[in-house]
Amino acid sequence: MSNAFEAHGLVKRFGATTALAGVDLAAPEGTVLGVLGPNGAGKTTAVRILATLLRADEGHATVAGLDVVRQAAAVRRRIGLTGQYASVDEDLTGLENLILIGRLLDLNRQDARARALHLLGQFDLGEAKDRLAKTYSGGMRRRLDLSASLVGRPSVIYLDEPTTGLDPGKREDVWQLIRRLVEDGTTVLLTTQYLEEADALADEISVIDHGKLIAHGTPAELKHRVGGQTLEVRPTNREDLAAVGALLTQVANRPVESPGRGVLSVPVESDAALTAVVRRLDDAGIAVTELSLRLPSLDEAFFALTGRRAAEDPAEAPKESAA
Amino acid sequence: MTTTLSLDATGVPTAPTSTDSGHAFSLIRHSLILAGRAVTKIKRSPEQLIDVTLQPIIFTVLFVYLFGGAISGSQHNYLEYVLPALMVQTVVFASLSIGVNLNTDIDKGVFDRFRSLPIPRSAPLVGAVLGDIVRFVTSIVVLMSFGYVIGFRIHTNPVSALLGCLLVLVFALSLSWVAVLIGMLARTAGTVQGIGFLLMFPLTFGSSMFVPVKTMPGWLQAWVKVNPVTHLVDAVRGLMLGGDTGWPVTQSLLWAIGITAVFAPLAVRAYRRRT
Repeated sequence: MSNAFEAHGLVKRFGATTALAGVDLAAPEGTVLGVLGPNGAGKTTAVRILATLLRADEGHATVAGLDVVRQAAAVRRRIGLTGQYASVDEDLTGLENLILIGRLLDLNRQDARARALHLLGQFDLGEAKDRLAKTYSGGMRRRLDLSASLVGRPSVIYLDEPTTGLDPGKREDVWQLIRRLVEDGTTVLLTTQYLEEADALADEISVIDHGKLIAHGTPAELKHRVGGQTLEVRPTNREDLAAVGALLTQVANRPVESPGRGVLSVPVESDAALTAVVRRLDDAGIAVTELSLRLPSLDEAFFALTGRRAAEDPAEAPKESAA
Repeated sequence: MTTTLSLDATGVPTAPTSTDSGHAFSLIRHSLILAGRAVTKIKRSPEQLIDVTLQPIIFTVLFVYLFGGAISGSQHNYLEYVLPALMVQTVVFASLSIGVNLNTDIDKGVFDRFRSLPIPRSAPLVGAVLGDIVRFVTSIVVLMSFGYVIGFRIHTNPVSALLGCLLVLVFALSLSWVAVLIGMLARTAGTVQGIGFLLMFPLTFGSSMFVPVKTMPGWLQAWVKVNPVTHLVDAVRGLMLGGDTGWPVTQSLLWAIGITAVFAPLAVRAYRRRT
Protein backbone atom coordinates (compact mmCIF):
# COMPACT_ATOMS: atom_id res chain seq x y z
CA MET A 1 0.00 0.00 0.00
CA SER A 2 1.47 3.37 -0.94
CA ASN A 3 1.48 6.37 1.30
CA ALA A 4 -1.19 9.01 0.82
CA PHE A 5 1.19 11.64 2.16
CA GLU A 6 4.77 11.73 3.35
CA ALA A 7 6.88 14.33 5.08
CA HIS A 8 10.59 13.98 5.59
CA GLY A 9 12.77 15.97 7.92
CA LEU A 10 10.48 19.00 8.14
CA VAL A 11 12.15 21.99 9.77
CA LYS A 12 10.38 25.28 10.29
CA ARG A 13 11.61 28.27 12.24
CA PHE A 14 9.70 31.41 13.12
CA GLY A 15 12.34 33.92 14.06
CA ALA A 16 14.14 32.51 17.07
CA THR A 17 11.62 29.76 17.76
CA THR A 18 11.91 26.41 16.08
CA ALA A 19 8.43 25.09 15.48
CA LEU A 20 9.58 21.93 13.77
CA ALA A 21 13.03 20.44 14.24
CA GLY A 22 13.03 17.64 11.69
CA VAL A 23 9.74 15.76 11.64
CA ASP A 24 8.79 12.74 9.54
CA LEU A 25 5.12 11.90 9.00
CA ALA A 26 3.44 9.44 6.69
CA ALA A 27 0.18 7.55 6.36
CA PRO A 28 -0.81 4.71 4.03
CA GLU A 29 -3.89 5.34 1.90
CA GLY A 30 -7.20 4.94 3.65
CA THR A 31 -5.80 5.15 7.17
CA VAL A 32 -5.93 7.68 9.97
CA LEU A 33 -2.69 9.12 11.27
CA GLY A 34 -3.07 10.75 14.64
CA VAL A 35 -0.57 13.48 15.40
CA LEU A 36 -0.54 13.85 19.10
CA GLY A 37 1.14 16.52 21.11
CA PRO A 38 0.57 19.30 23.61
CA ASN A 39 -0.22 22.88 22.59
CA GLY A 40 2.67 24.45 20.71
CA ALA A 41 4.28 21.10 19.87
CA GLY A 42 4.32 21.94 16.16
CA LYS A 43 1.27 19.95 15.04
CA THR A 44 -0.44 22.81 13.26
CA THR A 45 2.81 23.90 11.59
CA ALA A 46 3.24 20.39 10.18
CA VAL A 47 -0.34 20.38 8.88
CA ARG A 48 0.08 23.80 7.29
CA ILE A 49 3.16 22.61 5.44
CA LEU A 50 1.38 19.48 4.19
CA ALA A 51 -1.57 21.66 3.16
CA THR A 52 0.67 23.96 1.06
CA LEU A 53 -0.05 26.93 3.31
CA LEU A 54 3.45 27.17 4.68
CA ARG A 55 6.86 26.29 3.34
CA ALA A 56 9.29 24.22 5.28
CA ASP A 57 12.74 25.68 5.77
CA GLU A 58 14.18 22.22 5.31
CA GLY A 59 12.86 18.83 4.35
CA HIS A 60 10.13 18.06 1.86
CA ALA A 61 6.64 16.69 1.73
CA THR A 62 4.45 15.01 -0.85
CA VAL A 63 0.75 14.26 -1.17
CA ALA A 64 -0.12 11.40 -3.53
CA GLY A 65 3.47 11.60 -4.72
CA LEU A 66 3.11 15.31 -5.61
CA ASP A 67 5.49 17.82 -4.11
CA VAL A 68 3.66 20.29 -1.86
CA VAL A 69 5.82 23.19 -3.02
CA ARG A 70 6.48 22.55 -6.69
CA GLN A 71 3.10 21.00 -7.46
CA ALA A 72 1.04 22.93 -4.94
CA ALA A 73 -1.90 23.48 -7.27
CA ALA A 74 -2.21 19.76 -7.98
CA VAL A 75 -1.86 18.98 -4.28
CA ARG A 76 -4.64 21.43 -3.45
CA ARG A 77 -7.00 19.52 -5.73
CA ARG A 78 -6.50 16.44 -3.58
CA ILE A 79 -6.67 17.80 -0.06
CA GLY A 80 -9.30 19.10 2.29
CA LEU A 81 -8.48 21.18 5.32
CA THR A 82 -10.50 21.66 8.47
CA GLY A 83 -9.53 23.05 11.78
CA GLN A 84 -8.88 25.95 14.00
CA TYR A 85 -7.11 27.83 11.21
CA ALA A 86 -9.22 26.97 8.18
CA SER A 87 -12.71 28.17 8.59
CA VAL A 88 -15.88 29.18 6.84
CA ASP A 89 -17.17 32.72 6.36
CA GLU A 90 -19.40 33.54 9.30
CA ASP A 91 -21.27 36.21 7.39
CA LEU A 92 -22.52 33.78 4.76
CA THR A 93 -25.09 31.04 5.15
CA GLY A 94 -24.04 27.42 5.31
CA LEU A 95 -25.27 26.88 1.78
CA GLU A 96 -23.52 29.99 0.42
CA ASN A 97 -20.26 28.91 2.02
CA LEU A 98 -20.30 25.51 0.38
CA ILE A 99 -21.40 26.89 -2.98
CA LEU A 100 -18.56 29.42 -2.87
CA ILE A 101 -16.05 26.66 -2.28
CA GLY A 102 -17.56 24.55 -5.02
CA ARG A 103 -17.34 27.47 -7.44
CA LEU A 104 -13.71 28.06 -6.48
CA LEU A 105 -13.14 24.38 -7.23
CA ASP A 106 -14.41 25.06 -10.74
CA LEU A 107 -17.83 23.45 -10.40
CA ASN A 108 -20.51 25.24 -12.35
CA ARG A 109 -23.40 26.88 -10.54
CA GLN A 110 -25.77 23.91 -10.62
CA ASP A 111 -23.14 21.35 -9.69
CA ALA A 112 -21.80 23.53 -6.87
CA ARG A 113 -25.30 23.93 -5.51
CA ALA A 114 -26.11 20.23 -5.82
CA ARG A 115 -22.88 19.24 -4.12
CA ALA A 116 -23.48 21.77 -1.33
CA LEU A 117 -27.03 20.54 -0.71
CA HIS A 118 -25.87 16.95 -0.72
CA LEU A 119 -23.19 17.61 1.88
CA LEU A 120 -25.47 19.72 4.05
CA GLY A 121 -27.99 16.89 4.04
CA GLN A 122 -25.32 14.34 4.83
CA PHE A 123 -24.08 16.37 7.77
CA ASP A 124 -27.52 17.02 9.15
CA LEU A 125 -27.43 20.71 8.32
CA GLY A 126 -30.20 20.69 5.72
CA GLU A 127 -32.57 22.70 7.86
CA ALA A 128 -29.93 25.24 8.82
CA LYS A 129 -28.64 25.77 5.29
CA ASP A 130 -30.05 29.27 4.93
CA ARG A 131 -28.88 30.50 8.31
CA LEU A 132 -25.72 32.58 8.66
CA ALA A 133 -22.83 30.43 9.82
CA LYS A 134 -22.28 32.71 12.81
CA THR A 135 -25.62 31.60 14.23
CA TYR A 136 -24.58 27.93 14.22
CA SER A 137 -23.82 26.13 17.46
CA GLY A 138 -20.35 24.77 18.13
CA GLY A 139 -21.22 21.30 16.89
CA MET A 140 -22.95 22.62 13.77
CA ARG A 141 -19.92 24.79 12.98
CA ARG A 142 -17.61 21.78 13.11
CA ARG A 143 -19.92 19.86 10.83
CA LEU A 144 -20.03 22.78 8.40
CA ASP A 145 -16.23 23.11 8.56
CA LEU A 146 -15.91 19.43 7.88
CA SER A 147 -18.33 19.47 4.98
CA ALA A 148 -16.55 22.53 3.55
CA SER A 149 -13.36 20.53 3.33
CA LEU A 150 -15.16 17.71 1.49
CA VAL A 151 -16.65 19.73 -1.36
CA GLY A 152 -13.80 18.81 -3.70
CA ARG A 153 -13.95 15.10 -2.81
CA PRO A 154 -10.39 15.15 -1.43
CA SER A 155 -8.44 11.94 -1.07
CA VAL A 156 -6.53 13.31 1.90
CA ILE A 157 -8.06 15.40 4.61
CA TYR A 158 -6.35 17.28 7.39
CA LEU A 159 -8.31 17.72 10.56
CA ASP A 160 -6.54 20.11 12.85
CA GLU A 161 -7.92 19.59 16.33
CA PRO A 162 -11.42 18.99 15.01
CA THR A 163 -13.03 18.56 18.40
CA THR A 164 -11.17 21.06 20.55
CA GLY A 165 -13.71 22.86 22.68
CA LEU A 166 -16.63 20.57 21.89
CA ASP A 167 -18.43 18.84 24.69
CA PRO A 168 -18.13 15.05 24.85
CA GLY A 169 -21.42 14.25 23.14
CA LYS A 170 -20.62 16.48 20.17
CA ARG A 171 -17.15 15.00 20.06
CA GLU A 172 -18.60 11.54 19.54
CA ASP A 173 -20.65 12.87 16.63
CA VAL A 174 -17.56 14.27 14.94
CA TRP A 175 -15.75 10.98 15.52
CA GLN A 176 -18.56 9.14 13.79
CA LEU A 177 -18.27 11.44 10.80
CA ILE A 178 -14.52 10.89 10.64
CA ARG A 179 -14.96 7.12 10.77
CA ARG A 180 -17.41 7.37 7.91
CA LEU A 181 -14.90 9.31 5.82
CA VAL A 182 -12.27 6.66 6.38
CA GLU A 183 -14.71 3.93 5.39
CA ASP A 184 -15.08 5.75 2.07
CA GLY A 185 -11.35 5.43 1.52
CA THR A 186 -10.22 8.90 2.54
CA THR A 187 -6.88 9.23 4.28
CA VAL A 188 -7.03 11.39 7.38
CA LEU A 189 -4.38 13.29 9.24
CA LEU A 190 -5.80 14.17 12.61
CA THR A 191 -4.03 16.40 15.07
CA THR A 192 -5.22 16.31 18.61
CA GLN A 193 -4.26 17.04 22.17
CA TYR A 194 -6.58 14.34 23.36
CA LEU A 195 -5.11 10.91 23.85
CA GLU A 196 -8.56 9.47 23.96
CA GLU A 197 -9.30 10.86 20.52
CA ALA A 198 -6.13 9.48 18.96
CA ASP A 199 -6.83 6.15 20.61
CA ALA A 200 -10.38 6.07 19.29
CA LEU A 201 -9.65 7.07 15.69
CA ALA A 202 -6.06 6.60 14.66
CA ASP A 203 -4.52 3.57 13.01
CA GLU A 204 -1.10 4.95 13.80
CA ILE A 205 0.01 7.73 16.06
CA SER A 206 2.96 10.09 15.79
CA VAL A 207 3.74 11.83 19.04
CA ILE A 208 5.30 15.28 18.61
CA ASP A 209 6.78 17.40 21.35
CA HIS A 210 8.88 20.55 21.01
CA GLY A 211 8.94 20.16 17.24
CA LYS A 212 10.36 16.67 17.32
CA LEU A 213 8.86 13.28 16.67
CA ILE A 214 9.31 11.38 19.90
CA ALA A 215 7.37 8.22 19.14
CA HIS A 216 5.46 6.54 16.38
CA GLY A 217 3.36 3.39 16.24
CA THR A 218 -0.10 1.95 16.55
CA PRO A 219 -1.91 2.90 19.74
CA ALA A 220 -1.22 -0.62 21.08
CA GLU A 221 2.47 -0.42 20.18
CA LEU A 222 2.85 2.91 21.92
CA LYS A 223 1.21 1.55 25.03
CA HIS A 224 3.48 -1.48 24.90
CA ARG A 225 6.60 0.56 24.45
CA VAL A 226 5.89 2.41 27.62
CA GLY A 227 6.19 -0.45 30.01
CA GLY A 228 4.21 -3.31 28.61
CA GLN A 229 1.27 -4.68 30.49
CA THR A 230 0.21 -4.54 34.06
CA LEU A 231 -1.35 -7.40 35.99
CA GLU A 232 -3.77 -6.41 38.74
CA VAL A 233 -5.14 -8.73 41.38
CA ARG A 234 -7.69 -8.05 44.13
CA PRO A 235 -7.99 -10.95 46.55
CA THR A 236 -11.42 -11.55 48.11
CA ASN A 237 -9.93 -11.65 51.59
CA ARG A 238 -7.55 -8.95 52.72
CA GLU A 239 -5.64 -11.59 54.71
CA ASP A 240 -4.46 -13.13 51.46
CA LEU A 241 -2.69 -9.95 50.31
CA ALA A 242 0.72 -11.05 51.57
CA ALA A 243 0.42 -14.46 49.92
CA VAL A 244 -0.71 -12.92 46.65
CA GLY A 245 2.17 -10.46 46.80
CA ALA A 246 4.71 -13.23 47.21
CA LEU A 247 3.13 -15.18 44.39
CA LEU A 248 3.16 -12.22 42.01
CA THR A 249 6.77 -11.42 42.81
CA GLN A 250 7.69 -14.98 41.97
CA VAL A 251 5.92 -14.96 38.62
CA ALA A 252 6.90 -11.49 37.46
CA ASN A 253 10.27 -11.39 39.15
CA ARG A 254 9.64 -7.75 40.04
CA PRO A 255 8.55 -5.82 43.11
CA VAL A 256 4.80 -5.59 43.56
CA GLU A 257 2.99 -2.30 43.92
CA SER A 258 -0.29 -1.48 45.54
CA PRO A 259 -2.17 1.06 43.44
CA GLY A 260 -5.19 0.98 45.77
CA ARG A 261 -6.42 -0.54 49.02
CA GLY A 262 -6.62 -4.29 48.66
CA VAL A 263 -5.21 -4.32 45.11
CA LEU A 264 -1.80 -5.44 43.99
CA SER A 265 -0.23 -4.79 40.62
CA VAL A 266 2.93 -5.81 38.87
CA PRO A 267 4.33 -5.10 35.40
CA VAL A 268 4.62 -8.26 33.35
CA GLU A 269 6.46 -9.11 30.15
CA SER A 270 3.89 -11.29 28.42
CA ASP A 271 0.35 -12.64 28.48
CA ALA A 272 1.72 -15.95 29.76
CA ALA A 273 2.07 -14.39 33.20
CA LEU A 274 -1.69 -14.25 33.46
CA THR A 275 -2.11 -18.02 33.08
CA ALA A 276 0.74 -18.67 35.49
CA VAL A 277 -0.83 -16.46 38.13
CA VAL A 278 -4.26 -18.02 37.67
CA ARG A 279 -2.79 -21.50 38.10
CA ARG A 280 -0.87 -20.60 41.24
CA LEU A 281 -3.79 -18.78 42.80
CA ASP A 282 -5.87 -21.86 42.16
CA ASP A 283 -3.20 -24.16 43.65
CA ALA A 284 -2.97 -21.98 46.77
CA GLY A 285 -6.76 -21.87 47.04
CA ILE A 286 -6.90 -18.04 47.08
CA ALA A 287 -10.13 -16.50 45.85
CA VAL A 288 -9.95 -13.22 43.90
CA THR A 289 -12.65 -10.73 42.97
CA GLU A 290 -10.61 -9.03 40.28
CA LEU A 291 -7.87 -10.23 38.01
CA SER A 292 -6.91 -8.17 34.98
CA LEU A 293 -4.21 -7.60 32.47
CA ARG A 294 -4.20 -4.13 30.96
CA LEU A 295 -2.12 -1.95 28.68
CA PRO A 296 -1.15 1.42 30.07
CA SER A 297 -3.48 4.18 28.89
CA LEU A 298 -2.20 6.53 26.21
CA ASP A 299 -2.17 9.11 28.94
CA GLU A 300 0.41 7.11 30.83
CA ALA A 301 2.27 6.48 27.59
CA PHE A 302 2.39 10.18 26.83
CA PHE A 303 3.60 10.92 30.31
CA ALA A 304 6.34 8.35 30.00
CA LEU A 305 7.39 9.70 26.59
CA THR A 306 7.37 13.39 27.33
CA GLY A 307 7.66 13.53 31.08
CA ARG A 308 4.55 15.69 31.05
CA ARG A 309 0.83 15.19 31.20
CA ALA A 310 -0.93 15.73 27.90
CA ALA A 311 -3.89 18.05 27.72
CA GLU A 312 -6.32 18.34 30.53
CA ASP A 313 -9.32 16.09 30.25
CA PRO A 314 -11.17 17.02 27.07
CA ALA A 315 -14.45 17.26 28.90
CA GLU A 316 -13.01 20.07 30.95
CA ALA A 317 -11.63 22.01 28.01
CA PRO A 318 -13.24 25.39 27.43
CA LYS A 319 -16.50 24.78 25.68
CA GLU A 320 -17.78 26.70 22.76
CA SER A 321 -21.11 28.30 23.16
CA ALA A 322 -23.60 25.75 22.00
CA ALA A 323 -26.80 27.47 21.04
CA MET B 1 10.75 33.76 0.83
CA THR B 2 11.17 35.87 -2.25
CA THR B 3 9.94 39.39 -2.35
CA THR B 4 9.14 39.78 -5.99
CA LEU B 5 6.15 41.79 -7.00
CA SER B 6 4.61 39.00 -8.96
CA LEU B 7 2.03 37.43 -6.72
CA ASP B 8 2.19 34.00 -8.19
CA ALA B 9 5.85 33.59 -8.93
CA THR B 10 6.38 31.21 -6.07
CA GLY B 11 3.09 31.01 -4.27
CA VAL B 12 1.08 29.27 -6.89
CA PRO B 13 3.13 27.06 -9.12
CA THR B 14 0.72 26.36 -11.91
CA ALA B 15 -0.01 22.87 -13.05
CA PRO B 16 2.46 21.71 -15.67
CA THR B 17 -0.13 21.74 -18.41
CA SER B 18 -1.55 25.19 -17.76
CA THR B 19 -0.34 28.16 -19.73
CA ASP B 20 0.15 31.76 -18.70
CA SER B 21 -3.08 32.75 -20.38
CA GLY B 22 -4.82 29.85 -18.66
CA HIS B 23 -3.51 31.17 -15.39
CA ALA B 24 -4.63 34.71 -16.10
CA PHE B 25 -8.06 33.38 -16.97
CA SER B 26 -8.19 31.42 -13.74
CA LEU B 27 -7.17 34.52 -11.77
CA ILE B 28 -9.95 36.58 -13.34
CA ARG B 29 -12.59 33.89 -12.85
CA HIS B 30 -11.68 33.08 -9.26
CA SER B 31 -11.33 36.75 -8.38
CA LEU B 32 -14.80 37.41 -9.76
CA ILE B 33 -16.23 34.53 -7.73
CA LEU B 34 -14.61 35.98 -4.61
CA ALA B 35 -15.87 39.45 -5.47
CA GLY B 36 -19.28 37.80 -5.68
CA ARG B 37 -18.76 36.67 -2.12
CA ALA B 38 -18.35 40.32 -1.09
CA VAL B 39 -21.57 41.22 -2.87
CA THR B 40 -23.45 38.32 -1.25
CA LYS B 41 -22.24 39.48 2.14
CA ILE B 42 -23.62 42.92 1.43
CA LYS B 43 -26.97 41.32 0.59
CA ARG B 44 -26.84 39.31 3.84
CA SER B 45 -26.00 42.29 5.99
CA PRO B 46 -26.90 45.48 4.16
CA GLU B 47 -25.73 47.49 7.16
CA GLN B 48 -22.26 46.99 5.69
CA LEU B 49 -23.21 49.60 3.14
CA ILE B 50 -24.13 52.28 5.68
CA ASP B 51 -20.74 53.95 5.38
CA VAL B 52 -21.21 54.41 1.64
CA THR B 53 -24.95 55.17 1.60
CA LEU B 54 -26.48 56.68 4.70
CA GLN B 55 -23.31 58.22 6.06
CA PRO B 56 -22.50 60.41 3.03
CA ILE B 57 -26.12 61.55 2.93
CA ILE B 58 -25.96 62.54 6.58
CA PHE B 59 -22.67 64.33 5.95
CA THR B 60 -24.19 66.17 3.00
CA VAL B 61 -27.18 67.32 5.01
CA LEU B 62 -24.93 68.26 7.91
CA PHE B 63 -22.45 70.24 5.89
CA VAL B 64 -24.84 71.88 3.45
CA TYR B 65 -27.62 72.88 5.79
CA LEU B 66 -25.68 73.33 9.02
CA PHE B 67 -22.40 74.90 7.89
CA GLY B 68 -23.29 75.91 4.33
CA GLY B 69 -24.85 79.25 5.18
CA ALA B 70 -22.00 80.22 7.45
CA ILE B 71 -19.22 79.13 5.10
CA SER B 72 -20.58 80.18 1.72
CA GLY B 73 -23.38 82.54 2.57
CA SER B 74 -25.71 80.33 0.55
CA GLN B 75 -26.58 76.72 1.03
CA HIS B 76 -26.82 76.09 -2.67
CA ASN B 77 -23.38 77.56 -3.36
CA TYR B 78 -21.91 75.43 -0.64
CA LEU B 79 -23.66 72.32 -1.94
CA GLU B 80 -21.88 72.75 -5.26
CA TYR B 81 -18.62 73.37 -3.49
CA VAL B 82 -18.83 70.49 -1.04
CA LEU B 83 -20.52 67.65 -2.94
CA PRO B 84 -17.47 66.68 -5.00
CA ALA B 85 -15.47 66.87 -1.79
CA LEU B 86 -17.88 64.59 0.08
CA MET B 87 -17.61 62.13 -2.76
CA VAL B 88 -13.86 62.08 -2.30
CA GLN B 89 -14.16 61.86 1.48
CA THR B 90 -16.60 58.95 1.38
CA VAL B 91 -14.49 56.93 -0.99
CA VAL B 92 -11.25 57.70 0.84
CA PHE B 93 -12.75 56.38 4.07
CA ALA B 94 -14.40 53.47 2.28
CA SER B 95 -11.01 52.41 0.94
CA LEU B 96 -10.07 51.46 4.49
CA SER B 97 -12.56 48.63 4.60
CA ILE B 98 -10.44 46.33 2.44
CA GLY B 99 -7.76 46.35 5.12
CA VAL B 100 -10.29 45.61 7.83
CA ASN B 101 -11.91 42.83 5.78
CA LEU B 102 -8.67 41.12 4.84
CA ASN B 103 -7.47 41.27 8.41
CA THR B 104 -10.71 39.69 9.60
CA ASP B 105 -10.54 36.98 6.94
CA ILE B 106 -7.01 36.03 7.94
CA ASP B 107 -7.83 36.16 11.61
CA LYS B 108 -10.88 33.93 11.26
CA GLY B 109 -9.10 31.40 9.09
CA VAL B 110 -11.20 32.08 6.00
CA PHE B 111 -8.00 32.87 4.09
CA ASP B 112 -6.40 29.57 4.95
CA ARG B 113 -9.42 27.82 3.54
CA PHE B 114 -9.11 29.79 0.30
CA ARG B 115 -5.40 29.15 0.14
CA SER B 116 -5.89 25.42 0.53
CA LEU B 117 -7.98 25.53 -2.66
CA PRO B 118 -6.44 25.33 -6.13
CA ILE B 119 -6.89 29.03 -6.92
CA PRO B 120 -4.25 31.67 -7.64
CA ARG B 121 -2.81 33.05 -4.46
CA SER B 122 -3.67 36.59 -5.40
CA ALA B 123 -7.32 35.82 -6.19
CA PRO B 124 -8.63 36.64 -2.69
CA LEU B 125 -6.79 39.97 -2.80
CA VAL B 126 -8.01 40.87 -6.28
CA GLY B 127 -11.51 39.67 -5.36
CA ALA B 128 -11.52 41.97 -2.35
CA VAL B 129 -10.45 44.92 -4.50
CA LEU B 130 -13.17 44.18 -7.05
CA GLY B 131 -15.71 43.92 -4.24
CA ASP B 132 -14.57 47.32 -3.03
CA ILE B 133 -15.18 48.87 -6.41
CA VAL B 134 -18.83 47.89 -5.96
CA ARG B 135 -18.88 49.85 -2.72
CA PHE B 136 -17.08 52.84 -4.23
CA VAL B 137 -19.46 52.99 -7.17
CA THR B 138 -22.42 52.67 -4.81
CA SER B 139 -21.25 55.63 -2.79
CA ILE B 140 -20.70 57.77 -5.89
CA VAL B 141 -24.14 56.92 -7.28
CA VAL B 142 -25.82 57.58 -3.94
CA LEU B 143 -24.12 60.93 -3.48
CA MET B 144 -24.72 62.14 -7.02
CA SER B 145 -28.38 61.13 -6.86
CA PHE B 146 -28.96 62.68 -3.48
CA GLY B 147 -27.06 65.78 -4.57
CA TYR B 148 -29.24 66.03 -7.66
CA VAL B 149 -32.41 65.80 -5.56
CA ILE B 150 -31.35 68.68 -3.34
CA GLY B 151 -30.21 70.81 -6.24
CA PHE B 152 -26.68 69.90 -7.28
CA ARG B 153 -26.13 70.31 -11.01
CA ILE B 154 -23.19 69.45 -13.23
CA HIS B 155 -21.97 72.63 -14.96
CA THR B 156 -19.67 70.95 -17.44
CA ASN B 157 -20.90 67.87 -19.32
CA PRO B 158 -21.74 64.28 -18.40
CA VAL B 159 -18.51 62.88 -19.88
CA SER B 160 -16.38 65.27 -17.91
CA ALA B 161 -18.36 64.51 -14.74
CA LEU B 162 -17.96 60.79 -15.38
CA LEU B 163 -14.22 61.29 -15.74
CA GLY B 164 -14.31 63.02 -12.37
CA CYS B 165 -15.97 59.97 -10.81
CA LEU B 166 -13.44 57.71 -12.50
CA LEU B 167 -10.59 59.79 -11.12
CA VAL B 168 -11.99 59.39 -7.61
CA LEU B 169 -12.21 55.63 -8.18
CA VAL B 170 -8.62 55.39 -9.40
CA PHE B 171 -7.35 57.39 -6.47
CA ALA B 172 -9.36 55.29 -4.00
CA LEU B 173 -7.91 52.12 -5.48
CA SER B 174 -4.40 53.45 -4.93
CA LEU B 175 -5.33 54.11 -1.30
CA SER B 176 -6.64 50.55 -1.08
CA TRP B 177 -3.03 49.39 -1.22
CA VAL B 178 -2.26 51.46 1.85
CA ALA B 179 -5.27 49.87 3.55
CA VAL B 180 -4.13 46.39 2.51
CA LEU B 181 -0.69 47.09 3.98
CA ILE B 182 -2.19 48.29 7.27
CA GLY B 183 -4.53 45.31 7.23
CA MET B 184 -1.61 42.91 6.87
CA LEU B 185 0.57 44.57 9.49
CA ALA B 186 -2.04 45.25 12.15
CA ARG B 187 -2.87 42.54 14.60
CA THR B 188 -6.62 43.07 14.81
CA ALA B 189 -9.33 44.51 12.62
CA GLY B 190 -9.95 47.18 15.26
CA THR B 191 -6.36 48.35 14.98
CA VAL B 192 -6.72 48.62 11.22
CA GLN B 193 -9.73 50.86 11.68
CA GLY B 194 -7.91 52.95 14.29
CA ILE B 195 -4.71 53.48 12.32
CA GLY B 196 -6.68 54.09 9.14
CA PHE B 197 -8.85 56.78 10.67
CA LEU B 198 -5.81 58.44 12.14
CA LEU B 199 -4.33 58.70 8.66
CA MET B 200 -7.54 59.63 6.88
CA PHE B 201 -8.52 62.56 9.05
CA PRO B 202 -5.60 64.86 8.19
CA LEU B 203 -5.86 63.67 4.59
CA THR B 204 -9.52 64.59 4.23
CA PHE B 205 -10.16 67.49 6.59
CA GLY B 206 -6.68 68.91 6.06
CA SER B 207 -7.46 69.69 2.45
CA SER B 208 -9.45 72.06 0.29
CA MET B 209 -12.51 69.87 0.89
CA PHE B 210 -14.68 71.93 3.17
CA VAL B 211 -13.33 75.47 3.23
CA PRO B 212 -11.25 77.63 0.90
CA VAL B 213 -7.54 77.24 1.52
CA LYS B 214 -6.91 80.97 1.78
CA THR B 215 -8.86 81.14 5.07
CA MET B 216 -6.32 78.87 6.80
CA PRO B 217 -3.17 79.85 8.69
CA GLY B 218 0.11 79.56 6.79
CA TRP B 219 1.38 76.35 8.36
CA LEU B 220 -1.88 74.61 7.56
CA GLN B 221 -1.87 75.96 4.01
CA ALA B 222 1.58 74.45 3.59
CA TRP B 223 0.19 71.00 4.42
CA VAL B 224 -3.01 71.43 2.46
CA LYS B 225 -1.07 72.40 -0.66
CA VAL B 226 0.98 69.20 -0.63
CA ASN B 227 -1.95 67.01 0.40
CA PRO B 228 -2.89 64.81 -2.59
CA VAL B 229 -6.54 64.95 -1.55
CA THR B 230 -6.52 68.71 -2.21
CA HIS B 231 -5.45 68.09 -5.78
CA LEU B 232 -8.06 65.40 -6.19
CA VAL B 233 -10.86 67.57 -4.83
CA ASP B 234 -9.75 70.47 -7.05
CA ALA B 235 -9.66 68.15 -10.04
CA VAL B 236 -13.15 66.75 -9.41
CA ARG B 237 -14.55 70.25 -8.87
CA GLY B 238 -13.00 71.31 -12.13
CA LEU B 239 -14.39 68.33 -13.99
CA MET B 240 -17.91 68.79 -12.62
CA LEU B 241 -18.26 72.52 -12.20
CA GLY B 242 -15.77 73.89 -14.71
CA GLY B 243 -12.51 75.69 -14.11
CA ASP B 244 -8.94 74.57 -14.02
CA THR B 245 -8.62 70.82 -14.61
CA GLY B 246 -5.34 70.08 -16.38
CA TRP B 247 -2.89 70.52 -13.55
CA PRO B 248 -5.02 69.12 -10.68
CA VAL B 249 -5.99 66.08 -12.76
CA THR B 250 -2.38 65.41 -13.69
CA GLN B 251 -1.27 65.80 -10.11
CA SER B 252 -4.01 63.51 -8.82
CA LEU B 253 -3.06 60.86 -11.33
CA LEU B 254 0.62 61.21 -10.48
CA TRP B 255 -0.21 60.82 -6.81
CA ALA B 256 -2.34 57.77 -7.50
CA ILE B 257 0.48 56.23 -9.51
CA GLY B 258 3.04 57.19 -6.89
CA ILE B 259 1.03 55.77 -3.98
CA THR B 260 0.42 52.58 -5.92
CA ALA B 261 4.08 52.28 -6.90
CA VAL B 262 5.21 52.59 -3.29
CA PHE B 263 2.47 50.78 -1.42
CA ALA B 264 1.44 48.00 -3.80
CA PRO B 265 4.82 46.22 -3.55
CA LEU B 266 4.90 46.74 0.21
CA ALA B 267 1.31 45.51 0.56
CA VAL B 268 1.91 42.50 -1.66
CA ARG B 269 5.03 41.63 0.28
CA ALA B 270 3.16 41.89 3.56
CA TYR B 271 0.31 39.86 2.04
CA ARG B 272 2.71 37.12 1.04
CA ARG B 273 4.26 37.09 4.46
CA ARG B 274 0.97 36.96 6.26
CA THR B 275 -0.84 34.45 4.09
